[in-house]
Amino acid sequence: MKILVPVKRVVDYNVKIRVKADQTGVDLANVKMSMNPFCEIAVEEAVRLQEAGTATEIIVVSVGPTQAQETIRTALAMGADRGILVQTDEQIEPLGLAKILKGVIEEEKPDMVILGKQAIDGDNNQTGQMLAALLGWSQGTFASEIALDGDKLTVTREIDGGLQTIKLAMPAIVTADLRLNEPRYASLPNIMKAKKKPIDEKTIADYSADAAPRLEIVKVTEPAAREAGIKVETVNELVDKLKNVAGVI
Amino acid sequence: MSTLLIAEHNNQSLSESTIKSATAAVQMGGDVHVLVAGAGCAAVADEASKMAGVSKVLLADDAQYEKQLAEPIADLVVSLAGDYATIATPASTNGKNFMPRIAALLDCSQISDITAVIDANTFERPIYAGNAIQTVRTSEAKKAITVRATAFAAVEMSGSAAVEAISATANSGLSEFIGEELTKSDRPELTSAKIVVSGGRGMQSGDNFPMLEKIADKLGAAVGASRAAVDAGFVPNDYQVGQTGKVVAPDLYIAVGISGAIQHLAGMKDSKVIVAINKDEEAPIFQVADYGLVADLFNAVPELEEELGKIGL
Repeated sequence: MKILVPVKRVVDYNVKIRVKADQTGVDLANVKMSMNPFCEIAVEEAVRLQEAGTATEIIVVSVGPTQAQETIRTALAMGADRGILVQTDEQIEPLGLAKILKGVIEEEKPDMVILGKQAIDGDNNQTGQMLAALLGWSQGTFASEIALDGDKLTVTREIDGGLQTIKLAMPAIVTADLRLNEPRYASLPNIMKAKKKPIDEKTIADYSADAAPRLEIVKVTEPAAREAGIKVETVNELVDKLKNVAGVI
Repeated sequence: MSTLLIAEHNNQSLSESTIKSATAAVQMGGDVHVLVAGAGCAAVADEASKMAGVSKVLLADDAQYEKQLAEPIADLVVSLAGDYATIATPASTNGKNFMPRIAALLDCSQISDITAVIDANTFERPIYAGNAIQTVRTSEAKKAITVRATAFAAVEMSGSAAVEAISATANSGLSEFIGEELTKSDRPELTSAKIVVSGGRGMQSGDNFPMLEKIADKLGAAVGASRAAVDAGFVPNDYQVGQTGKVVAPDLYIAVGISGAIQHLAGMKDSKVIVAINKDEEAPIFQVADYGLVADLFNAVPELEEELGKIGL
């Protein structure tokens, strides 16, 4: 079984982002970038399926700037076999991204696509579901466990208030939630090996996908700052404030 | 210029987040219709018809909609979408699951997790886990919207819209419901709790979390944790509040032994009142706390339990 894993290069989750003074977006200059944490979980799951003998090939694809090669290399060091970089310096919206990925899938013909449930920059949580719609495939979102069962895929999903289990027709789209697995750190020998693995360079035009932006970003601003609070001296004073001033207990 | 609001429900009652999302739908202007798709869910349609500002309720009562799986719900909504400029739903795990599928089938963009309606086509939404607010405008003929319900007040339940039964669409059979395991806890669910008590690395061990649970039980609160506490194995992953965990915005958030890493702040800083208990007075959590107590949590938490008891909790 062939698995495709789309990955995104985003601002590292430990970085405190800064909104640009001209309100056009978030300042990305000289900021540490990493693979989106949910994409890491998706890569890890694919690698585990390969180690279990279920998957035969893992292809990692990223749509983004030239530097997204580093993100693909990270996935290759974790165990993916080869990469595809669809190079663009534009900000691609989820629907456009899904259209590009559909093109990649029609060429590569994977049996399953595993993605992160959302990227921690745009927080859209759309791409996997949109891709499933465009392909007419089933979708198992927010997965905490997946198991192949003949020609069906059983997916346990994290839903509000608990877990839901569904059975999907294959081929299927899976989006990874936090509990699916704990991604490994790539070992030094694997990092060295990853440097020799192939990465194909493509453009959006290669997939004749309409990925032009449709939404206008009017502005990006800082969230309302919290007013400075006070220090209380005792637990008794704390309870008093919560009950009589804030009125929350 | 009308909006179709897809109701979230458990086939018995309408979710609070739907009643709040109706406010966003009304703010967008035009007629608001509500779709109740489920199985044996007529009572939900009756409840939905009472939401102020709603002019019609569409009821699709069919076994395939019982669990609101994405594939059948998307096919149903697409069959109805011709009449509507906006398709909206609460940004719950349910809505997040089916809405992008609907948007892609309609070839329109989705604007996720809106927190404010500026006008019919312009919205505010948090990005970077709420560390920035994006104002986004669409000029497309159709749009899909998911609503962060905690950012809107509930509509009055004073209306009386007509309920119209509609027929189901063919089932594609792509997905099948097998089962569900809903957390059986007397405590509320983390993302919808009015009070959350969270522990961090300062708790030192999972064995110390029952201390927080006692406080939570007195307050009717949910129990959460920082990523540090989860990574250290004190509690399971589903406790995690933060950028890569759950984003919460309760009335009261009590952070115990949590230093306040950016990743954690991103998940709770929209809480109305934040309390921090930490022995390190330099901890960044105090910068966002309304009430900070510099104390050893192993003294302060039992004392808090006692003080809450004194006021009858």
